[in-house]
Amino acid sequence: MLNAKIPEGPLEDKWRHYKEHAKLVNPANRKKLEVIVVGTGLAGSSIAASLGEMGYRVKTFCFQDTPRRAHSVAAQGGVNACKNYKNDGDNVFRMFYDTIKGGDFRAREANVYRLAECSASLIDQAVAQGVPFGREYGGYLNNRSFGGVQVSRTFYARGQTGQQLLLGAYQALMRQVHLGSVQLFARHEMLDLVTIDGKAKGIIVRNLDTGEIQRHGAHAVILATGGFGKIYYLSTLAMGCNGSAIWRAHKKGALMANPSWTQIHPTSLPQSGEYQSKLTLMSESLRNDGRIWVPKKEQEDRLPNQVPEEDRDYYLERRYPAFGNLSPRDIASRAAKERIDAGYGVGPLKNAVYLDFSKAIKDQGVGKIREKYGNLFRMYEKITGVDAYQEPMKISPAAHFSMGGLWVDYELMTTIPGLFALGEANFADHGANRLGANSLLQACVDGYFIAPYTLANYLADEIKTPATDVQHPAFDAAAKQVQDQLHLLKGIGGKLSADYFHKTLGKILYDKCGLSRSAEGLKQAIGEIKALRQQFYADLFIPGGLTINSELEKAGRVADYLELGELMCHDALTREESCGAHFRVEYQTPEGEAMRNDQDFAFISAWGWAGENQAPIWNKEPLTFEFVTPTVRSYK
Amino acid sequence: MHIRLKIWRQENSQDTGKMQDYELADVNSDMSFLEMLDMLNEQLLEQGQRAIEFDHDCREGICGQCGVMINGRAHGPLKNTTTCQLHMRSFRDGETIYIEPFRATAFPVKCDLKIDRTAFDRVIQAGGYIAVNTGQAPEANSIPIGHPVAEAAFDAAACIGCGACVAVCKNSSAALFTSAKITHLALLPQGAVEAQERVRRMVGQMDAEGFGHCSNTEACEAECPQQISVLHIARMNWEYNKAQLLKK
Ligand SMILES: Cc1cc2nc3c(=O)[nH]c(=O)nc-3n(C[C@H](O)[C@H](O)[C@H](O)COP(=O)(O)OP(=O)(O)OC[C@H]3O[C@@H](n4cnc5c(N)ncnc54)[C@H](O)[C@@H]3O)c2cc1C
Ligand code: FES
Repeated sequence: MLNAKIPEGPLEDKWRHYKEHAKLVNPANRKKLEVIVVGTGLAGSSIAASLGEMGYRVKTFCFQDTPRRAHSVAAQGGVNACKNYKNDGDNVFRMFYDTIKGGDFRAREANVYRLAECSASLIDQAVAQGVPFGREYGGYLNNRSFGGVQVSRTFYARGQTGQQLLLGAYQALMRQVHLGSVQLFARHEMLDLVTIDGKAKGIIVRNLDTGEIQRHGAHAVILATGGFGKIYYLSTLAMGCNGSAIWRAHKKGALMANPSWTQIHPTSLPQSGEYQSKLTLMSESLRNDGRIWVPKKEQEDRLPNQVPEEDRDYYLERRYPAFGNLSPRDIASRAAKERIDAGYGVGPLKNAVYLDFSKAIKDQGVGKIREKYGNLFRMYEKITGVDAYQEPMKISPAAHFSMGGLWVDYELMTTIPGLFALGEANFADHGANRLGANSLLQACVDGYFIAPYTLANYLADEIKTPATDVQHPAFDAAAKQVQDQLHLLKGIGGKLSADYFHKTLGKILYDKCGLSRSAEGLKQAIGEIKALRQQFYADLFIPGGLTINSELEKAGRVADYLELGELMCHDALTREESCGAHFRVEYQTPEGEAMRNDQDFAFISAWGWAGENQAPIWNKEPLTFEFVTPTVRSYK
Repeated sequence: MHIRLKIWRQENSQDTGKMQDYELADVNSDMSFLEMLDMLNEQLLEQGQRAIEFDHDCREGICGQCGVMINGRAHGPLKNTTTCQLHMRSFRDGETIYIEPFRATAFPVKCDLKIDRTAFDRVIQAGGYIAVNTGQAPEANSIPIGHPVAEAAFDAAACIGCGACVAVCKNSSAALFTSAKITHLALLPQGAVEAQERVRRMVGQMDAEGFGHCSNTEACEAECPQQISVLHIARMNWEYNKAQLLKK
């Protein structure tokens, strides 16, 4: 039975109560305790730096050449915090409520409340680190509103909020590296988790420069390895993002929760050809001023500026008058897909909608728009060659964020004792849909303010445990398995590249486990993925040797995606309702809105690994709503 | 488009390396430069050859991981553009393109176009931070920072650490990178307290890594994808001199 370990008591007291009662580790004992942190994005850097400051012995790993490049760097829009600086009625409860509702009532109340509660301290922490957030002329912090909420609680550093927050965390981490409390292993990829007597005790990594397989032992392991949305191949994620670390942990016994919930972001650049490797995100902040429309006429062949007002369908404003262009991502994405599928899409592949700034430019002047979004307009022009001050941008939905991930309890611990998952790698806090600017927040808050307490609570019982012996047979077995897999992949000797399989898998998932899903499509997808996996092990080709070899790195990640993709389809198939980003065509209202079923599906699916080609084991964590009443999510 | 390529191939850091010729037909002008390299790699793979190693991750101009010399220019012909944001429409049909790794003693080549830029991390480790621990920060609005100051700090903080500044500098100086961090932190009240200690340590580390000195050629600013200004170098020098003068 899954135990989420949610503390007793009223919502607003739970976290305080937990902290007051959590076990502590005395500073003299901390230096005897070793912790491994995999991942140096916001979640990983912040926890590694925090633990280093506290005096634990920390080893941290990432596959890039430096922690400053983790995918968190790419986040543009902003980070949420309820500071109520605008005096517009924001408070912890409201933020909690918006987040729970945004997630379509499929997240745990206690976790979400804690997220909102800790949000204000994050801004304090980041400012103290020197993060140059946007400021008013008087010198006080500025903020703005973001998709899905009606108060201003999004703090931003131009269009580079992720970069600046990550640099803050990276610098804090570098300080600890300099002090010797954290050891950094860049260009090292975790390829397996080692458990001894059921507890997480270490990892096997591959040095990506030398090919050397290394063993690292610890008293606890933290995975902060980010999201797996790149499984769709075309996505807004960085090329290296992958699900391997959490997937390998899953195969060692950690449950995977809600893997099929992927956020499809409404404002990405559309696909323009087969050669494309990623879809670039245009920050959602653009929706504050841009108006979204498609022509009223199918196969409209006039240029956008020649389509008069009366021939334009501002479908978001039409369908959701209260939120309009600021409706949450799942709603905005689905509405775009609906119009595109109905034949009103624009652009050469008819796969986009317009995001139009002409009204904002007329009302506010081009200077103001340039000041707010200049870098985004420049980026748009670099990629498309089009000047968006002159004609509307073309945007389209793209895979963006995985709400699913390793199942964790309130302490952010997985079902393997001693294995924690932070940031996008865990499933917590966002339910079936993430509100914009909540992810940077979650990654940071997990690392700076939550795991330092919950990890100590675990480690307090490990003080007498000696350092992990990396010669233990469990390490031998894991290291051998990693070696065997590398040789297996290298030895296939087929004809097709890892990218070929990745792209093919991505297409299957977009079509059948993407913006909308049906039982029939999902069943087909499961069959197709199984077949693709077989083909992978028969026809893959990896040139080069066992040292620096990006093709080999990719192949390992694709092998994991081919298993994870199937689980995603299983998960989507068993959830016979529509909620948040999960839209099952069989469950919709006559107006085409998602139809949730709280009676039967107010739970988190947490899947266990049963072995290769075995059906996954289904566990459920029921969701109880003590403090809010789930309502129909209406943005009309 | 039809493209001819001359690309630096080097097995490992010991190998001497050489330029090698490749050819690509049917390059779409909307492709990004890295997608063109993907296409070439796909072609090499079909012929059973080792793929060309190059560094990249975000492919949206923000992680700073990509970066090669293209026809002798860091990140290619466009101003303020990373390699991943460069598109093939910037080249002519039939053109020959030379691609080499960023070169500097402090950035050894690892394989083909991949280099080792960890020297930058060590420069930051020497002091490129504000020494604040977690969980003790004061209310963020307790120290107002004027809009122009915050914006100026931001201009410096925007550095992505790609290393183009080092690669284009005839002295392989890391002055632009290091000075950007020094300015970012020195301008903010939170970072000003440690400014002297920071500048001495970071400049010391920069020298220890084998980066050359700045002789004001300003090629770094011209090639920087983030438009980081050489004025930061002036500030670094000023901070450094001040620190030396006031040293106890
Ligand atoms: C384009 C874009 C824009 C976004 N904008 C926003 C926004 O405005 N606001 C917001 O709140 N959120 C935004 N997000 C989401 C947010 O950026 C991410 O969810 C968040 O940064 C994730 O942080 P993380 O620390 O969990 O993971 P990441 O930053 O992805 O870090 C993962 C780390 O794990 C390492 N790693 C992974 N696998 C392994 C392995 N096997 N071995 C070793 N290391 C490994 C990587 O090297 C990396 O260091 C955006 C996302 C994208 C794609
Ligand atoms: S790949 Fe990240 S900046 Fe080019």
